[in-house]
Amino acid sequence: MAKFGKKGKKEAPGITTASLPDIVFMLLCFFMVVTKMRDAELKVKISVPTATELQKLEKKSLVSHIYIGQPVPSYAEVYGSAPRVQLNDAFVYPPASLEADLREFIQNEKDKLDPRQHPAMTAALKIDGKVKMGIVTDVKRNLRKINFRKVSYLANDGSKTE
Amino acid sequence: MANRKIPEINAGSMADIAFLLLVFFLVTTTIQTDSGLRVLLPPYVPEDQPVEIDVQKRNVLAVQVNARDQLLVRDNIMKIEDLREYTKVFITSGRPDMAKSPKQAIVSLLNDNGTSYKMYLSVYNELRAAYNELWEDRAQNDFGRAYDALSKQEQKKVREEIPLVISEAEPTGN
Repeated sequence: MAKFGKKGKKEAPGITTASLPDIVFMLLCFFMVVTKMRDAELKVKISVPTATELQKLEKKSLVSHIYIGQPVPSYAEVYGSAPRVQLNDAFVYPPASLEADLREFIQNEKDKLDPRQHPAMTAALKIDGKVKMGIVTDVKRNLRKINFRKVSYLANDGSKTE
Repeated sequence: MANRKIPEINAGSMADIAFLLLVFFLVTTTIQTDSGLRVLLPPYVPEDQPVEIDVQKRNVLAVQVNARDQLLVRDNIMKIEDLREYTKVFITSGRPDMAKSPKQAIVSLLNDNGTSYKMYLSVYNELRAAYNELWEDRAQNDFGRAYDALSKQEQKKVREEIPLVISEAEPTGN
């Protein structure tokens, strides 16, 4: 009997938690590396105007971004200071190739998706507030030409500050 | 002196600190969600075949913005703050000089190539706001609920009562 009596006094071996921080930091690093914030580098200066009647763009994969604004200083030497259209990572240059470039851009975006999703695709126009309407109208007209009619004018939400 | 042991630092709470950091960043990071003014562009019509539309003058609200960002509504200079209210009156009042009924109302927006995008968007925003407010009123009237709380079909019904017609003409200027 005495043999068994000792058993209860034995302590459970402590689990070493020294490596736990390493595991957590690894997780942290993993998410920091994996998270992708934006797919295109902005080469134009854009400060979007403010509006109140906004709707959120839900499905990120269905949204194609078109940027219009002044080229940032490092690109201004090559492309000048007049507002330019940026599709993905490249400028539409010279401006006359807008129609062909837009067509190719939209086609590329469509190829990434299932044909059934095509009607839900939206073009997000991120345009600097100071840009004149001439270039915006050109983009709009060309989008209509290729029958890509769903657009969204990106803007800051002004309803919160009211 | 030399053989004195350095006391071990307890690393057990390091995990807590790391978790705290993780949670803090998770909470504070807001992945930027884009929001914008959604518009359906009209189908493309070649420039050499203009579309003839026969509408009464009273049913058209002509909104013009020039290259100096000045607003002209029905040939009168107007401040942008007044545009929303005027549009609402135009659509619903049925006065002899305004639209006969909401279903017949057409808002026509004409801008110049020199108009700034900021001005254009704020004008468009005001026109949209007028429609949104009218839909909201109608939803409260007919269903006693906010427009956003209605079902898809009920929303459609409201929108059929007051259809959104903002037509954009080809811009002037070069």
